[in-house]
Amino acid sequence: MDRKIRVLVAKVGLDGHDRGAKVVARFLRDAGFEVIYTGLHRTPEEVAMAAVQEDVDVVGISLHSGAHLTLVPKVMKYIEEFGGDLNELVVIVGGIVPADDIDKLKEMGVDEVFIPGTPIEKIIDYIKAKVPEKKRTGEKV
Amino acid sequence: MNVEDIVKGIEKGNKRALARAITYVENEYPEGKEIMKKIYHRTGNAHVIGITGFPGVGKSTTVSKLIQKFREKGKKVGVVAVDPGSPFTGGALLGDRLRMEGYDVSKNLWVDPGVFFRSMSSRGKAGGLAAKTGDVTRLLDAFGFDVIIVETVGAGQSEVDIVEVADTTIVVMMPEMGDEIQINKAGILEIGDIYVVNKADLGGAEKTVKWLKSMIMMDQEAVEILSKTSHADEVRVESGEIFERMKKGKDWIPPVVVTVADKGEGIGELVSSIEGHFEYLKNTGKLMERRVRRLSREVFDLIMDEIRQILAGNDRIDFRNHIERVVKGEIDPHSTAEDIVEELLRLGCR
Repeated sequence: MDRKIRVLVAKVGLDGHDRGAKVVARFLRDAGFEVIYTGLHRTPEEVAMAAVQEDVDVVGISLHSGAHLTLVPKVMKYIEEFGGDLNELVVIVGGIVPADDIDKLKEMGVDEVFIPGTPIEKIIDYIKAKVPEKKRTGEKV
Repeated sequence: MNVEDIVKGIEKGNKRALARAITYVENEYPEGKEIMKKIYHRTGNAHVIGITGFPGVGKSTTVSKLIQKFREKGKKVGVVAVDPGSPFTGGALLGDRLRMEGYDVSKNLWVDPGVFFRSMSSRGKAGGLAAKTGDVTRLLDAFGFDVIIVETVGAGQSEVDIVEVADTTIVVMMPEMGDEIQINKAGILEIGDIYVVNKADLGGAEKTVKWLKSMIMMDQEAVEILSKTSHADEVRVESGEIFERMKKGKDWIPPVVVTVADKGEGIGELVSSIEGHFEYLKNTGKLMERRVRRLSREVFDLIMDEIRQILAGNDRIDFRNHIERVVKGEIDPHSTAEDIVEELLRLGCR
């Protein structure tokens, strides 16, 4: 059986806007991915633990609160703490991110940042290309 | 991670190793089969509880409350939640995890070390489970969870595969779900070891309880107990009476438990029923009986898989030639199948 790409779509912190995350989750579903949506108001620990237990290939974090520079590195720190391997995980951030902060996020290890207005195909194509690139040792995707 | 790392990881309680093992098994990698062989001796201790029912009746909410109750009792809980996959794209939105709300900041089940939650897509399989759900529960068992809860796809009337995986099957319903004919149909409404009428605060629960009880009464000798009352609020008392009968070695009479899961009402009674059922299974030898039945079927299915693979990979049997003869009308399909099996046995298979 073909391996399905698994994607966690996560909302972290106090931000209560998840229309975008739900729309993205739905489109990713329709692109053939297995999408796990966390719901609102998750802590970085919760998101990281979900990523490890669900053994996802992609962690997509949606933020509209401006707290991305604080919360995203926390999620990544906890993923490693819980035994996850950031070398084989694709980390994506979506939402309201000022241009200046995109590079900062990438320096922190985020693979890509998608701001509002990004065509959904761009995200789908990115995931399809990036997951095999970061593929796990000995695995065929 | 290779097979050895994963098996050692599972033995040491490493959740990432468990998560990766599930991925291998789910995707039917050869490594998955190796892992299953190596961990089998660690299995057989967990109580596997299946939760099924129509979409929207509150299965996930019930599961989250059950996790809470079992955790309060000090039990380690593994959860497998199956959601449907798209028949068109193969994609899935696995939405059960988000209903697993933290119940206590210090014991948030998302990060509770005593809880492991995994979402699975049914990947097009009918029956309410994914093809590998059984193996995944076995991995959780090997990991050391005391209780494993399997939540099925929001099921229609015939998604009854859960009985092939669970020791205790819970069918969740809600008030006003149909008439007496629904209750008397075969399929999902005959597989319950425990029936739950959730969302009882919506009203109409009494009628549903009454219908369920009439179904259960049909073939049980508990008529005299159950017919005493039809009020939902008296069901709890009845459950107690039923357990007394269980202890005396009578047959299991599926209790009907009334709950309002999002408020936690009735969950204590549900846990008592679940534990009562497991005790009953163990004390009467029925647990062994059920497992023999399930494993017989599983091994039989695996044998058929092996034969299928042998046939597919066997170049000494000219399958194509056999079929062409059938197409030309020289021989019928039944006789051809018999010929091929005989040929296979004569060749010694491998």
